[in-house]
Order: sequence, then C-alpha cells, then structure tokens
Amino acid sequence: MNEAKVSIMRSEPAVSSEVKFEEFKVPVVEGMVVLDAVHYIQNNIDTTIGVRWNCKAARCGSCAAEINGSPRLMCKTRMEDAGPEVQIKPMRAFPVVKDLVTDLSHGYEVAKKIPPFTPRPEMKSPYKIQQIDITRSKEFRLCIECFLCMDVCHVIREHHSDYFGPKHVVKIAALDLHPADSVDRSELLHNEGGLGYCDITKCCQEVCPEGIRITDNAIIPEKERIVDHVYDPIGRLIRAARRRKW
Amino acid sequence: MNSEPDFTTIKVDVLIIGAGGAGLRAAIEARSLGASVAILSKSLLGKAHTVMAEGGIAASLGNVDNKDNWKVHFADTYVEGVFLGNYRMSEILAKEAPDRVYELERYGALFDRTPGGLISQRAFGAHTYRRLCHVGDKTGLELIRTVQEKSVSSGAKVYDELVISKIFNKNGRAIGALALSMREGKFYVFSAKAVIVATGGLGRIYKVTSNSWESTGDGHSLAVRAGAELMDMEMVQFHPTGMVYPPAVRGLLVTEGVRGDGGILLNNKGERYMLKYSPKKKELDARDIVARANYNEIIEGRGSEHGGVYLDISYKGKKFIMEKLPSMYMQYKEFAGIDITKEKMEVAPTTHYHMGGIRVDPDTTQTRVEGLYAAGEVASGLHGANRLGGNSLADILVFGRRAGKYAAEYALKSTYLDVDEVEVKDEIKRVSSYLKSGEKQNPYDLIEKLRTTMSEKVGIIREEKHLKEALDIIREIKSKSGTVGVPGGLRFNPGLIACLELDNMLLSAELLVNSAIERRESRGAHARKDYPDRSKEFMKNFIYEYDGNKISMTTAPVPKLPAELEELIPKEEVIG
Repeated sequence: MNEAKVSIMRSEPAVSSEVKFEEFKVPVVEGMVVLDAVHYIQNNIDTTIGVRWNCKAARCGSCAAEINGSPRLMCKTRMEDAGPEVQIKPMRAFPVVKDLVTDLSHGYEVAKKIPPFTPRPEMKSPYKIQQIDITRSKEFRLCIECFLCMDVCHVIREHHSDYFGPKHVVKIAALDLHPADSVDRSELLHNEGGLGYCDITKCCQEVCPEGIRITDNAIIPEKERIVDHVYDPIGRLIRAARRRKW
Repeated sequence: MNSEPDFTTIKVDVLIIGAGGAGLRAAIEARSLGASVAILSKSLLGKAHTVMAEGGIAASLGNVDNKDNWKVHFADTYVEGVFLGNYRMSEILAKEAPDRVYELERYGALFDRTPGGLISQRAFGAHTYRRLCHVGDKTGLELIRTVQEKSVSSGAKVYDELVISKIFNKNGRAIGALALSMREGKFYVFSAKAVIVATGGLGRIYKVTSNSWESTGDGHSLAVRAGAELMDMEMVQFHPTGMVYPPAVRGLLVTEGVRGDGGILLNNKGERYMLKYSPKKKELDARDIVARANYNEIIEGRGSEHGGVYLDISYKGKKFIMEKLPSMYMQYKEFAGIDITKEKMEVAPTTHYHMGGIRVDPDTTQTRVEGLYAAGEVASGLHGANRLGGNSLADILVFGRRAGKYAAEYALKSTYLDVDEVEVKDEIKRVSSYLKSGEKQNPYDLIEKLRTTMSEKVGIIREEKHLKEALDIIREIKSKSGTVGVPGGLRFNPGLIACLELDNMLLSAELLVNSAIERRESRGAHARKDYPDRSKEFMKNFIYEYDGNKISMTTAPVPKLPAELEELIPKEEVIG
C-alpha cells in the first residue's frame, strides 16, 4: 500500500493567531480523493480537524480548498493526481473559521440583494417555453455554489472591493436569461455589484468544477448589457417599449 | 469544560429543522400564511441531500403520455409500495404533484421541454407512463436552488451549520429545540409555537450508501425522544445501481435515468438478465426487483470484475448521453476513468432511501405530539415497502407544503410556552460532556463498526441469524458509547458532531434491525431468505414509541383502502 504525506493548515483565529501546518501520513487506496485522506486523518488521527463536506460526489460544492496551491474540490481531486505530498489550505479569499472551514456568510448576504425570478405578467402557467430558449440559462444553473471562482478572483482577493464576484454574476445571468423573467438586474450589477472592477482575466472560469464559462458567457455579456442599458438611453427606451430583455 | 457554556434564545412561530426540499418548501408556505420562520440547517444552505437527486419529479402532467392522470400515479405508487403504504398519502401525492411542479416552474425552475414547449417527462422504473419532469440529470439541484431562493426572498430566516440535539416537549406540545452553532461554537435555544422535522434519511448507518453526511437519522431520534412515533423502520431501499469501482467511490449513485433513457443491464456473459427476472418491465421494474436481480447475478458468480454487474448506455451515442446524462459522464470520467459513451459502467446495489420514519397524519403531517410535524424522507407512510423513483422529489414538495401550512396555522393560533432553563442546561451539559481529556472511545471507530455491520448483515437479502448477530453488535456498540469522547472545543469540531450522530445512528439501527427480525415475510424492499413469501398476516406496520426510559414496539393494521381507490388498482394485483 502506498502512503502519502498530507499537510493541513490548522488555525482557529477566534482563539489564537497561530497558524501552523500539520503533517499526517495517510495510506492511499485506489481511486482515493483528497477528501478521503482528510477523513482518514479525522477518523484515525485527529478528530478535531475542521472541514466542510457533504455529498462527496462533486454535486454539492461544500469541500472547496486550495490543494497544492490550486483551488479545487477535495472530493474531485484524486490523490494519485495530487502527488505523494499534498498540501491543503483553506480558501484564502474568505476569513477562516477553523482549519479548512471558511466563513462564506458574506456570499449569502450578497445573494439576498439579487432580485428573485419575477415572471412577466403575460406568462400563463403552465408556461410554454422552447428547449432552445433555456439552453443559455441552463449553463449557469449548473452552479454548485462552491465559491472556487470567488476564491481565485483577484479583485476579491486583493482589493476587497464591492464587486459581487463571479458566483453572483453567474446567478444574475441565470435569472436574466430565464425566458420568462421580467427584471432588469444590469443596473444593480453596474452600481452596487461593481462589475466594472472585473478586468476579464478569466481565472474564475478556469477553476469552475462544472465547466461554466463564467467570463465568456456570464461576465462579458453582462458587461455588454450594462453598456447597452446604462450608456445607451435611447436603445433602453426602445427596449422598454418592446418589453424585451436582450 | 469547566463552566457550562451560555446560550441565546430566539423566538419564532414555526421552527423548521432541515433545509432540504421539504424544509424549504414548508418555509415558503408558512411565510405565505404570515408566520415567522426559522430554518435550521446542518450544512450550508443549499447543500442538502436534495442536490443529489438526479432523475426527476414524478407528476402525472400527461405532457408526453396523455393517458396519464393521478389515478394511475396513485395505483403505481400504492402497488409498488406492496400495500404497506398509507393510501391517503399516496392519493394526496398523486393528486397534488402536478400543482407543485407547475408552482415550481412559477418560482423560476427551468425544466427540460417537449418539442411543443411543455415540461418534458421521462420514463422511470414501474411508472406506467413517462412521468418524471426533469432538468437533465440534475433535477434536485434545480429544485433546491429554486426553493432556496424563494424561501429566502419570502423572509424565512436561515441559520445554517447548526446541529440540533433535542426537541423540547412541554405538556405534550413541541415548543422548541436546542442547537449548537458549529461556526460560532455557541448554543441557541429556538423557542417556537410549532416545529417541523425535515431532516431526511439515515442512509449513513450503512457503509455502502449513496447518502451524504447529513443522513444519520437525526430527525428520527429527535422526534421519537420528543414523543412522536416511528414506523416501518425496516424498510430501506437499496438502489439497483451504485458505483462499484474504485473502492473510494463505492456506493455513489448512478441515476435510474440511465435505465429510463435506455440503459441495459448485462452480466459477465453478456446476457441481458432482466429479460429473465422481469420479462415485461425489464430494467424499468421497481427498484427492489432490479436491485435483487443485480444482487443475485453477483452472488451467483455472473458479476463483473469488481463485484458488480454491467450497465450499458454507450450504444445511444455521445450526443444523446452528453445531453441527457452529463453528470453521469462526468462522474465516471472523473472518479473511475471510464468513458460511458464508449464503455460499460460497473454497478451494484447501494443503500439509498428509507421508506420508514416518523409516523404522521396523512393530511396534516402532524405527529402524535401537538405542534410537531414531519415531512420528506424522515416521515413514513407514503412509500410503504418500496419507493418509486421520482416520488421523493414529489413527496418533499407536496408534504413539505402541507407541513408548512398546518404548522403555520397551528402556530398562528397558539402561544409560546417557555423552555425550562434547567432542561436547556442539562442538554448543554450532555452535549458538552463529549468533550473529554484523557482516555476515551473514538466515535469514528464505533460508527465504522456499525456501518460495516449494517451493510454486511442487514442488507438487501436478510435472514434471522444475521439480523440477530447485527442486533448483538449494535447493543455491544451501544454499551461502549457511554465512554465516547473527543478532544477540542465546540467550534467546528467534527468529532463532537460524530458523537451526537453516533447516538442517533444507534437508535435508528436498533429499531431497524428489530423490525427486520419481526417482519417474517418478504415484502418490497424487505427480503427475507428464511421467509421468501409475502404474507397477509403482515399487513401491519411496526410502530415504536419512547416513554422517557425505553422504546417499545406496537403494531397497527395497514389502513384499509376505500372502495373508490381500490377500483383503481389493476385487477391482476392481489392486495395483501
């Protein structure tokens, strides 16, 4: 049986400012993922390691961390790919609660600012919607809210600006592209959402475990939409008259 | 701990324990009636086990097969539950599911469409017609996001990453609960006029399971200790197709949608054996039948390399698979290194769902305790001895809504009863007492032993000898559980949560095995090697109650089907 060295960053800021790396030896079985290694340590060596997880199937997005420096889901990173020496750190864009667990509550607060789905008044239930009209929105509905895109966003990491961040742009795009929705969220994204801070480095879409093309398909079109809506008042009037969104 | 930790009290009309589909749908309803609502979640909001639901929601919209209607859905549900279910719950489910699906669409869910622009519906095991409304193979994700946003925007307050250790009962009424906030390491008392338990299942008492970390039977323990009854505990659904290899992902679900969309099961001789086990319904027979067929092929030596059988959808072509089953493609590619558009999958049965749980009134979802309600997987009665695919998502919406409605109505005409401070302090002391220095029993060792025992001895085919051995082991683990403890503090200490969960898991496991011994017949998901036939004598439910000291069992006959519903059951089915 192979063995891996797993080093985990430990801290509990509410108790002490100390941050340390602890190294554990973990037997590796075939197909094992990094989350399995953390569980092994938790079950057999140190029961106090703080870690968030849920489905262990890459569907819930709970176990995001930085594995050998790359933001990834622990459940989706195989030990054989991570190497014989694996270093695990919490996501650095968020305050640490304990060990690998970060405080994501700000993200949930931002989510509350986004106006919910509001159907156009003329929509009669059950809706008649064509499959082709839902394809674009569907891409963004794959989001498992793992916060990896937020973690790599240098605007959020380094500037702590008011930028909502890629996850929330994806959410807004999912709503804006709903064929039955009637709300215009572009001004919110422009003003309070700070989308202008994003300089399209595409880091977010590189780490998305669902392969959502966040920059290409959500951020850039939303930026274009802001240009249309905010800087082109005549076009805006025409659109309002036609009650069309895009 | 030297001194007992303090606690904060929060008052709310309706307290909902559990933030999966049922809890969130209940919250929307209770808010719409004007009640204040607190939702307590063991995980982060939106991560509940509902996200794992793949195939779809069963509702007889008749969009694809226009002959479908609630009567057929009712009959399918009741017959496949092998007459152990509560007919009234099946009737309500079948009648109300279409409304809940259209309502979800009005909340913003985007279902896949038919060429005519209606909600598309796919075939699933033992549903007479194509009935499952779906969002690719990620229906649960779309469902939970939709009710998550709707409940938050409706003003329900969410408290996430809390572990609930006790529901308080005063004068026969549920009046609140004690919670430990994992993030803060602090205790909260939620004082409420009505309490809804929507905590999901108990699949994690098994080693091989498709269930996520939350499913440790917490709600079962909370409710029975607060005075509610548990029922049908023996009825565990083994899903026919879980992943087999590599070992680290054993048990992970492979959606029934694969078979619904044409996937076939093969043994190592390349034989499509379902033609033999179920010539008419084949791969799309009820889950208990397909699961036992898979199991049988494996134990008779016709299994695959790693102890499963083969599931093949590759003949449908890459375009079809990527469109209909993208998550399954990803799952096999990432976890097993297999391309399902070219190769066969290896699958074997995995613990998936618990039909048993808290006994509730079929219309109001109220338990025997005033002000205490239960909905979703944690409740019992709807599915009888076997659940149809797609009926659980329908269940959480239909009965989640009902729980929210009746709990809010009750709360709005009730007053608060204060939780006794002594009782709170005792409970905080109990929870904190797991934090120990020095010699102690590691909870994970006992959990591991319990889970292995359940998978080995209380699995898909049961017999008295093994069940009794399991019961002995469970009692032995229980005798050691008093010495369980962990180091560390109250903040995000997984070992501490494991101690609390172990207690819940042991309670559920013991009742489950006890009922499995008592049910000396084979019915639905409960298959006995020593009693292979169904017996009319067992048209009864096993019910448990707690008297403050010990848990005892009683039985009650299954409610008799009224004539107007009996007419809907196909003639060839013999009720009994």
